[in-house]
Amino acid sequence: MAVVLLATVIGTPILAVGQSEVPAALAPTIAQVPPPHPPRDVRGSDSPNDAGGSIAITWIKSLDDGAGLNSVTAYKILRATSPTGPFDTIGAAAAGQTSFTDAVARTSTPYYYEVAAVALVPTLGGEPVPLLVPSDPSPVAHAKAQWFHAGRLNALIAVIILCSAILYFITQAKSGRSLFIRKIAGLEAVDEAVGRATEMGKKIFYIPGTQDMDEVQTLAGITILGRVAKVAADYEADLQVPVARSLVMVTCREVVKEAYLNAGRPDAYKEDKIFYLTDDQFGYAAGIDGLVMRDKPATMFYMGAFYAEALILSETGNSIGAMQIAGTAMPAQLPFFVAACDYTLIGEELFAASAYLSKEPKLLGSLKGQDAGKAIILVTILIGIILTSIGALSLQTNDPEKLGFYNIAPWFEVQ
Amino acid sequence: MRREIPTFIAFFVGIVCIIQFFIPHRPFGTLVDTFSDWFSIVQAFAIWLGALNLIKISMQKSLARKARDRWYGFVVVLAFLLIVIVGFFFSGGRQFQLVGTRFDYLYVNIYTPLASTMFALLAFFVASASYRAFRARSWEATLLLLAAFLVMLGRVPVGDQLTHWLREGFRLSDIASWIMTYPQVAGQRAIMIGIALGVASASLRLILGLERSYLGGE
Repeated sequence: MAVVLLATVIGTPILAVGQSEVPAALAPTIAQVPPPHPPRDVRGSDSPNDAGGSIAITWIKSLDDGAGLNSVTAYKILRATSPTGPFDTIGAAAAGQTSFTDAVARTSTPYYYEVAAVALVPTLGGEPVPLLVPSDPSPVAHAKAQWFHAGRLNALIAVIILCSAILYFITQAKSGRSLFIRKIAGLEAVDEAVGRATEMGKKIFYIPGTQDMDEVQTLAGITILGRVAKVAADYEADLQVPVARSLVMVTCREVVKEAYLNAGRPDAYKEDKIFYLTDDQFGYAAGIDGLVMRDKPATMFYMGAFYAEALILSETGNSIGAMQIAGTAMPAQLPFFVAACDYTLIGEELFAASAYLSKEPKLLGSLKGQDAGKAIILVTILIGIILTSIGALSLQTNDPEKLGFYNIAPWFEVQ
Repeated sequence: MRREIPTFIAFFVGIVCIIQFFIPHRPFGTLVDTFSDWFSIVQAFAIWLGALNLIKISMQKSLARKARDRWYGFVVVLAFLLIVIVGFFFSGGRQFQLVGTRFDYLYVNIYTPLASTMFALLAFFVASASYRAFRARSWEATLLLLAAFLVMLGRVPVGDQLTHWLREGFRLSDIASWIMTYPQVAGQRAIMIGIALGVASASLRLILGLERSYLGGE
């Protein structure tokens, strides 16, 4: 708690924090030191685009911060609910700073702020003592919650355009318009991969990634599992699904069970074929590698989110000669899958799989909407390139700050 | 109702998550945190499902005399019981994760080296995968080989030593940096844009209930 020690020096009141820790004998020493000038024009204003509870404080730094006496070492931020105080310390800022965010304000409560310049005063034979010279109180400030995040208007417009395009093409597809979807080799090969395992009398391993059900890649992987399970049920192949998450295990069981039911083979479904190994990344990789080396499956699917284990798994599968189909939206792991697997669904192809495999018009429509989004982005990139090039040539600068109107990148920055 | 209720939950949560991105005001901002908490709670309970399943499957393997990998099942069950018993009963209760406890001893001296070993395998797998990927079987593969050769050589001191006589901007390190800054970033961004659109489209399908195969159906 800040305790005020008043000593009139050169006509300026001085505050010392923690007076009780300052020996009384040192008081004269403190009083002989000229205090720094206080910060000026302290203002508090509601932090924009938040749920309330936050006030941005700004000030003009002390004349002795980086100039004058150059004695300011920091600023203390003080807050009160009345302009006359009492003011409590709520934080600090380094010398040279001119802003601070009060993140513990209560919404709609009136607050007054003071910013105190802190200078360290040497004492006779002891530690330097901090001297605090506070500013005048700021005008009243309130924290408010906003109903719209103004910094995300561009994202809202993009979402509306993309969703409209997707919904438009879904409607078109529903009305019977035929939509061309290019072939995705990895998905075309599903039947071949399952058939190969059946012919060889060996197992199929399906790895739905290492992440949980809150990851959209896991959902995409499980969607493809439904198709693979149906083909496996048709062919009477032995499908095994080792998983790294309990919730994924439960979901995979439902999906596989339903697929066997749809294939007219509910008797062939065995719950224990979908089993949990461990949540641990490398424990999971070790577990699967062990299974692969012992069982030597004919086919392996990797569909979902993967990290460093991607190459460990796929190289082990490759070493036993398994046919491998992978799909992930983790850009860093894609090269490893491309190098080690026979087919790889790259990024968006993983998400397109369910629509591609089901051939359901409304799902195919969403793919076309996605393509429309891509076309819009492509046109925007081209416009950006042309404008930036014109700006750079006409203004003779490459500095984005100086390009002004010609630099459209800030329009697309989302806060 | 088996499908309708989960579809409605997915719709409601999905819409709220989108809305909170644009509306920070209560209750939207806090609802997402609440949903995350619920997910964590469900996840915590589900761990038991996984643990029990692991024990069950491993025990089945261990007890099946003809199973080739029955001993692995034994090891899994024993390791599981060891770490659980030591963690619960011999590591100071809630303080079991502190340095110096028996649980910590097992973690540092058994688990960590095993995990590090698996991670270290990557070094060998990267070599074998690179060997296959960089074979000049086609025009594209040759281009990849060339780019990889320049980048690898440009990232080590000997690359610059070999080309120190060239003008700055034409040395191997400069070429490596150019490849990584322009063609590599351009390619990666193209994939990222595709992924972002794919995620948006897939999410919309899930939220609107068009895509319900994860609930167990077509």
